[in-house]
Amino acid sequence: MSNREHEETKDSSILKKPLSRRDLLRLAGTGGLGLMIGGAGIGSLFAAKERKTAAAVAGQPDTGDRIPFYGKHQAGIITPSQNFIYFAAFDVTTTEAKELKKLFQAWTAAAAAMTEGSMLGEESANHNLPPVDTGESAGLSPSRLTLTFGAGPSLFDSRFGLASKRPANFSDLPAFNGDQLDARWCGGDLAVQACADDLQVAFHAIRNLARIARGTAVLRWTQEGFQRTGSADSAGGTPRNLLGFKDGTANPDTASSEQMNRVVWAPAEGGAAWMAGGSYMAVRRIRMRIEVWDRSSLKDQEETFGRYRASGAPLGGQHEFDKVDLTAKGPDGSPAIPANSHMALARGDGSVQILRRSYSYSGGMDAKTGQLDAGLLFICFQRDLQKQFIPLQQKLAKSDRLNEYIQHVGSAVFACFPGASSGGYIGETLL
Amino acid sequence: MKLHTILPAGLILSSLLFAGCSEKESADPAAGEAKTGTAAANTDTSAQSAGTDAAASQTADFSAAVESYRIFAVEQCDEFVKQTEKFTEAVKAGKLEEAKALYAPARSYYERIEPIAEALGNLDPDIDARVNDVDAAEWRGFHRIEKGLWEDKSTKGQEAFADRLLQDAQLLRAKVETVDIDASLMVTGAVELLNEVSSSKVTGEEELYSHTDLYDFAANVEGAAKIYEILKHDLAKKDPDLEKQIGERFDALKKELDAYKKGDGYVSYTELKEDEVRKLSQNLDALAEPLSNMGTLLGV
Repeated sequence: MSNREHEETKDSSILKKPLSRRDLLRLAGTGGLGLMIGGAGIGSLFAAKERKTAAAVAGQPDTGDRIPFYGKHQAGIITPSQNFIYFAAFDVTTTEAKELKKLFQAWTAAAAAMTEGSMLGEESANHNLPPVDTGESAGLSPSRLTLTFGAGPSLFDSRFGLASKRPANFSDLPAFNGDQLDARWCGGDLAVQACADDLQVAFHAIRNLARIARGTAVLRWTQEGFQRTGSADSAGGTPRNLLGFKDGTANPDTASSEQMNRVVWAPAEGGAAWMAGGSYMAVRRIRMRIEVWDRSSLKDQEETFGRYRASGAPLGGQHEFDKVDLTAKGPDGSPAIPANSHMALARGDGSVQILRRSYSYSGGMDAKTGQLDAGLLFICFQRDLQKQFIPLQQKLAKSDRLNEYIQHVGSAVFACFPGASSGGYIGETLL
Repeated sequence: MKLHTILPAGLILSSLLFAGCSEKESADPAAGEAKTGTAAANTDTSAQSAGTDAAASQTADFSAAVESYRIFAVEQCDEFVKQTEKFTEAVKAGKLEEAKALYAPARSYYERIEPIAEALGNLDPDIDARVNDVDAAEWRGFHRIEKGLWEDKSTKGQEAFADRLLQDAQLLRAKVETVDIDASLMVTGAVELLNEVSSSKVTGEEELYSHTDLYDFAANVEGAAKIYEILKHDLAKKDPDLEKQIGERFDALKKELDAYKKGDGYVSYTELKEDEVRKLSQNLDALAEPLSNMGTLLGV
């Protein structure tokens, strides 16, 4: 578990009474904030307690299905992947920086409650009002829910006076060879990544955050994703993508803080100060040409990836985690692992790493062709997009054998904030 | 919805059930009322109903608010009958273009008070059913004529529907007096009006042939705004932030709708681009969310 990364916070709540949805709306909307908050932090208003306390209050054993929301870094980045994702990009509709700040505060309070498995607000006795919480997660475990928030490049335009805070070189990704981007799955002022071991829990989180945002921000695009569940693979092996190959074998070790500092976390020095401890996220909706892939030979498939399908071992090797030798020759004298295979190109000389945290997606059927709309919601985290994802993807876009079978149809980047501590809020270093 | 209709005393209703509409559909709602109406033949519709849950839980006196809404609803009905008469006369006179021009404006009066009409038995489907809302044999009302005017491009064959529509409009006018309005109806009605927009107007499904959806959109919003206007003084006392937020979001939505004004009405729905529709829908949701909390007025 990555929980050690999330410093347990010591705040003990002053107000046990949870915020009602209307209070939340008000935080996100007009006025009222100063009065309501007084000297206490917003986090404490939501009775966000440390894990043990929360479990005790909920009257449930702490079964390890809660991942603390507050911490030095946001959860959902180096947290071991949950079974499901519900990803949502938002556009901010208000033009007032103070309204945006209120949204961040209201989202923080709601996120802290939902990741604890608490309902938003209290049960209202007023039958003339809609229920505060939408209710579909009532009685469900938090299912390791994490909510990860980020800001897109468009947030740093003239609307909120944030232009000077835009991290150097943080902008929409450049056009890559073969891109077939569709505006339906691109961009966003803000992003929320909800991951959980239960899709209904993840959906509930996004639904309620969108509801709280009404009048301040609107959904721009969303994508659900999945991978094999923990119960289907109790050994916890590397998950397979929808092309049938293991995906993520070469990820850096999330248990190594040295590696995470080198690969994932934005540094305190030499970057935007407000991003210290945050991470840059690249999202690509990559459609797979499932039907075409299914017609290609096993040999062709394995040479496309550079790995054996069954074991995940590099071609010429025996086991999944065997050392990759790109210079090894096959029986015919040509490289055992084709130089333009996905693995060879992605690996390169090993100097450029990213933390991949992708999910498969299914968008149902493509009505035009009757084929499956399915693929990979590729997500990766890094400390510097310019030095990590962008050069990597430029290389892949140019020569990857896999390009014959995939299409990049969606694209977005987000600066995911550093973590918040109880009493603070997500994005407070920015706004 | 928590309301019931009360059998009106006197001849208002029966005087409208004149020869032309003596079929059983017209008589049915009245029969229904006899069952659901309270024992007392109470004609004082402005009084707070004593028997309803909502009334019992109300902490404030909304009788003035209810009275002003009742007046508004009756005014809209009066005008609705007048404009429907003009429209149906044009249809019957075979004046196609004139009928088309009168169609959407006449409907606006109805759309402003739609929740009231929906509370009145079968009147809403009789007046406002869309093509697949009811069995084909029972389909009549505005949208039946709309299909004739825009799709068949003729008034021919619409004469009987025109007569029925006017009778149904007159019946609505008669029966509106009998709706037992209370603050709870007003609060839920305001949200229902916006839900109407959300589910059919903003998607262009309401006016399949004429594409005059924005007229209905605006009228539904105006109907909800009227309720807010009436209640806002009380709301400001109970929750000033909520009152202010609703007011601001009504303004934002109206401003956005204004951009689509054309002459005395609105542009065709077909002129809206995808992103414009989405923005209208999202602004509507932004308003409906706080509006749905207006029930805070009604106490706990």
